[in-house]
Amino acid sequence: MRASGTRTLLLAAFAFAAAPAAAQTSQFEKYQKMVGEDSPAELFVLVGADLWRKKQGPKKASLEKCDLGKGPGVVKGAYAALPRYFKDSNQVMDAESRILYCMETLQGRSRKDALKRPFGNADKPSEMEYLDAFVASQSDGYKMTPGMSHPQEKRAYELGKALFFARTGLYDFSCASCHGEAGKRIRMSDLPVLSEPGPARAAMSTWPAYRVSNSQMKTMQWRINNCYRQMRTPEPDWGSEVVNSMITYLTVNAKGATYAGPGTKR
Amino acid sequence: MAGPMKARARMQGNYADVRVLMSHPMETGQRKGRDGKPIPKHFIQNLEVRLNGKTVIEGEISQAVSRNPVFSFRIGGAKAGDKIEISWTDNNGDTNKTETAVA
Amino acid sequence: MMTTKWMLGAGLAALVLSPAAVAEPSYDEVQQIIKRDFHAKGQAKMSRLDQDVVQRVCTQSHDKPPADLAKAIEADQLAAIPVPSGSLMGNWKEGAKTAWSGRGMQWNENPKKPSGGGCYNCHEISAQRTSFGTIGPSLKAFGKKRGSGLDAQRYVYTKIYNAKAYTLCSNMPRFGTTGTLTEQQIKDLVAYVLSPESPNNK
Repeated sequence: MRASGTRTLLLAAFAFAAAPAAAQTSQFEKYQKMVGEDSPAELFVLVGADLWRKKQGPKKASLEKCDLGKGPGVVKGAYAALPRYFKDSNQVMDAESRILYCMETLQGRSRKDALKRPFGNADKPSEMEYLDAFVASQSDGYKMTPGMSHPQEKRAYELGKALFFARTGLYDFSCASCHGEAGKRIRMSDLPVLSEPGPARAAMSTWPAYRVSNSQMKTMQWRINNCYRQMRTPEPDWGSEVVNSMITYLTVNAKGATYAGPGTKR
Repeated sequence: MAGPMKARARMQGNYADVRVLMSHPMETGQRKGRDGKPIPKHFIQNLEVRLNGKTVIEGEISQAVSRNPVFSFRIGGAKAGDKIEISWTDNNGDTNKTETAVA
Repeated sequence: MMTTKWMLGAGLAALVLSPAAVAEPSYDEVQQIIKRDFHAKGQAKMSRLDQDVVQRVCTQSHDKPPADLAKAIEADQLAAIPVPSGSLMGNWKEGAKTAWSGRGMQWNENPKKPSGGGCYNCHEISAQRTSFGTIGPSLKAFGKKRGSGLDAQRYVYTKIYNAKAYTLCSNMPRFGTTGTLTEQQIKDLVAYVLSPESPNNK
């Protein structure tokens, strides 16, 4: 009786230990780990730090006094606590929206001017990409704690969730069409189920990210924009309620993750 | 006009851990553009590292290195406060450089 | 027709009357917000955001429509597919290209260039291609399994034209209904999938 009890216990322990291993490190994951070491992402962080301190705009001011949610001038840990509601703008804002807000209010730049070129390319990254990389880097190692208590934060979450499952565009896709079932991939790219905490944490803790395949730093505003492009819809407005609610929904699903950005991806 | 270039150097025991981040297209000359014509070769050919003004590394690299190269290496005999200067020259004759102090 | 409309009405009424979570925005509210926050770009016009019965029913039912409602709409969708007469087997070599290409219909793309079907985004097909997705089932040796007669051809043709005629809330886009692929392109894909000459069935 004793022996079989011990054997059962041992088998149970083995099964437990084996389960995570059996949950397969895919080739795709191995590749991501490999390219993450010594990544050009760091260059974006360093240039972003310079731009953060650069005096610009009609007010000839830097972004150093920007309030990213933790008080004016506090960058450490701010990215990991976004998106959240801001009283001064009366909106739920993600990191990029907030950086833009500071460009407008601290530097006196017009929204139109500051948003002239939010997404760059390999030859010429955008200012926002450098800044977002810098801000994100200052949250490396922090726990992700997006705002979840203010009524507008709750609404953003619910709207993001509704959008996640809404069938739309020429191809009738919802986000869930690709990101709704475990173990699936599109060509050779694994597709995380972003409505689930586990996969959401792994995904959201590594954006913005340097994309090795096209040598660009890609941000969350870009990521949502690019999904809709592939869904064959018209283009969503940058920093709109649609995009920011989607980012909120995904980040809330990822809450508790240790932020590890900026990341490096395929 | 060359893109940004940054370097970081930190003492690790008896040597300095140095990391240099460069932006450069590192075009091999094999890739074809939208018009179907090959994009001309454009890559860093020579890399030089100077410690307090004295050359310690001279490197020849080729188009086999990918875009936005990251070069990390260790220098023995360095100490905190030493000046490290890294410069490159590409096949078009363009150059860039950056310097940092060992932390 | 009358029966379908009645069933549609009843089905939708059932959906609307079911209890919803308190803080969830309504379907109409979400659609209003979408229309407000998107703008036309390139070939992607705002009309792409108009919801048809498929999108409306699938969104409102969270992709789990009531069975009889789904069947009724599927039947309507199937009846509306224009199937050419005669053989539906095109050129498998062209079909291979169309299956591999994932371009087309995006706001940054030239609308004058032909679209691909993006088939390999979701499906395994011929062993010649090692990069394939797994969102849809494998179509490897489909012609061997289903034969390449007219029945099989009609099935593959209509499925590519409008997959929703078979499964209302399928993840597969409606390549014919949307004008993404031409009649010839779909025939070429039929050949790629079914023809005994195609590498898919060798």
